[in-house]
Amino acid sequence: MSAAGTPKPTWTGRVREAAVEALPPEKLLPDGQPTYVASWIYIFGVASIAALIVIIGSGTILALKGPAWWHYTGIGHFFNSIHLWAVELFFFAMVVHLWGKYWMAAWRGGRTRVWITGAITFLVAVPTALTGYVSQQNFDAQWIATQAKDGLNSVGVGAFFNVTNFGQMYSYHVFLLPLAVVGLVAAHVLLVRRHGVVPPFELDRPALAPRPPQADGTPPSVPDGKPPSAPTGVAS
Amino acid sequence: MIVLAAVFNLNHPARVVEWHFIQLSVANLIVIALMLVVFALAVALPFPGARARAIARRTGGDPE
Amino acid sequence: MSFLRSKYDTGPWKGAYASYDLVKELCIAVGVVALLAIVLTVLFSSPDEKPSTVAQWSRQMPINFVATAAKELDGTSDTAEYGPPYNHNSASVQHFLFLHPQRWLGVSHPIDTAEDYVIGPLETVPGDPVLRSALAEYRAARAATRKGWGEAYAKPLEEYETATEEKKTPPKTVALDASSGAVTVKASGAGPVPALMGGLLSLAQSGGLDGALLTSNQFFQTDYTKPLLFMADGGLLGERAEAQHLLGEQWGMMNETGSYPGQVWLWLYTLWYQVEPIKSSSNADIQVMLIMGLLSLALVCIPFIPGIRDLPRRIPIYKLIWKEHYRAQRSE
Repeated sequence: MSAAGTPKPTWTGRVREAAVEALPPEKLLPDGQPTYVASWIYIFGVASIAALIVIIGSGTILALKGPAWWHYTGIGHFFNSIHLWAVELFFFAMVVHLWGKYWMAAWRGGRTRVWITGAITFLVAVPTALTGYVSQQNFDAQWIATQAKDGLNSVGVGAFFNVTNFGQMYSYHVFLLPLAVVGLVAAHVLLVRRHGVVPPFELDRPALAPRPPQADGTPPSVPDGKPPSAPTGVAS
Repeated sequence: MIVLAAVFNLNHPARVVEWHFIQLSVANLIVIALMLVVFALAVALPFPGARARAIARRTGGDPE
Repeated sequence: MSFLRSKYDTGPWKGAYASYDLVKELCIAVGVVALLAIVLTVLFSSPDEKPSTVAQWSRQMPINFVATAAKELDGTSDTAEYGPPYNHNSASVQHFLFLHPQRWLGVSHPIDTAEDYVIGPLETVPGDPVLRSALAEYRAARAATRKGWGEAYAKPLEEYETATEEKKTPPKTVALDASSGAVTVKASGAGPVPALMGGLLSLAQSGGLDGALLTSNQFFQTDYTKPLLFMADGGLLGERAEAQHLLGEQWGMMNETGSYPGQVWLWLYTLWYQVEPIKSSSNADIQVMLIMGLLSLALVCIPFIPGIRDLPRRIPIYKLIWKEHYRAQRSE
């Protein structure tokens, strides 16, 4: 609340108001979704996020113990295995999600930035995985590093991104690139919450019949795109 | 601490499927096939909650 | 630019909402995915092939080690002739039309193969008067003299490697003492090079060269560029990779060691390397990187690309996805 009498807008107030206007709480965390959200294809976005959470969780444990730990303890190898399989599941879910969103043309209705942030997340995930593979400190890491260097050197990237420099690659893998991926995923999800899940293609009939009149008999208010909270009496 | 070895040992050279100029390891082929199957099932299978959605459509899905 | 905008538009949803618990869905998803990862871990674990060392290479393939070291000394190895970012040569410098990014970005990780891989490490070896004398003689010689010594020493080794590759009887000018691991190369006019190579092989087989290559600049080191490039110039890494289907021509970019699934998402990167004219081009890497850069940009820009953005309408997979919605519409 700004000071009474002299409502000079503060930076904090402006940021807060812009954020609340873009994403009021009921839009940020809605209880309901449009009735057309009724397919198993819709779970692959959240499955990708879930896999990312497992990757970061297992990766955190690997980071806590340092890069050599998993080579000489069974429990370390266990967490390394979880990390590797979670990465396979992450790419699996992300690609199925991408296929689904493409065939829904999910960029429609002002959702171009949703598509763009999603596509860039996929593209950033690839070097994130690469830096992980070259940080394994085993034969696979040696081979991948000595091979990948040629592709990166050919476009000049090798001059400042040296896949044979373990220290640099480990830093990218544990901090810089996961930060980028998480940032992109957050932007992607916030944009989905802002614009809503893309509606179906219109066939030869328009959208559903108008909503029923309000309890006092006045006409229904014009929907402003904000989802209502969960309908009462409906099984969740 | 009990250390368990994996149930299946995959630490042997991969079997490779060759078709014209394409060479894919069996493991990768399984992953690709699974992705296609899972995608097909995901778009085809019905999603739970159809009854609740039908009620929401009939009532306008709005508690106002 | 109206062709960038689709002629169709999608208005906001004015229809009904049903209850949908997003937080519960996320919690279930994390539980399911974590369980799946644990089940896969218990079933299959993960690969961990031990890394190769210079010591192993020099013990398992001593002739290949000496042949490679000789090339590092006379500047004819892959690394020595590579170009930026390691040096100013050009054997591995690629370009595409007017684009020369490898040259433009320059030498950022200088490697002098003769000094870094041979002379420098040998100078750390104490108390070997024969080696000391050989080093002094090498350092005092003119560049042309060194070149002549290097070529004289390398010739029998090249003949040996060619004969081995062609599965012919190798020449007797190169001999390996199986008990000591020492390599003898009969080459006249090679000056002190045989003594240098003998000293380097001993240092490598004792494990001293691994350390020397890593800690040459400072005590703490996390940059493995020098030992990795040295080993990549030799044959051990490639031999192991071939056995594991990791070579480029084996679509190795997608593969993992053992029978594990690998990086399936790299299928399109590796595919281009298998097709002509890229396959036999000396600029294959930059060509593939540019193609993939362009396709990646296209992926991001799909909403703007006519044709590609309209395909979902033409191939109606959406009718399966939204079948319940369309059925409800029809029944009204």
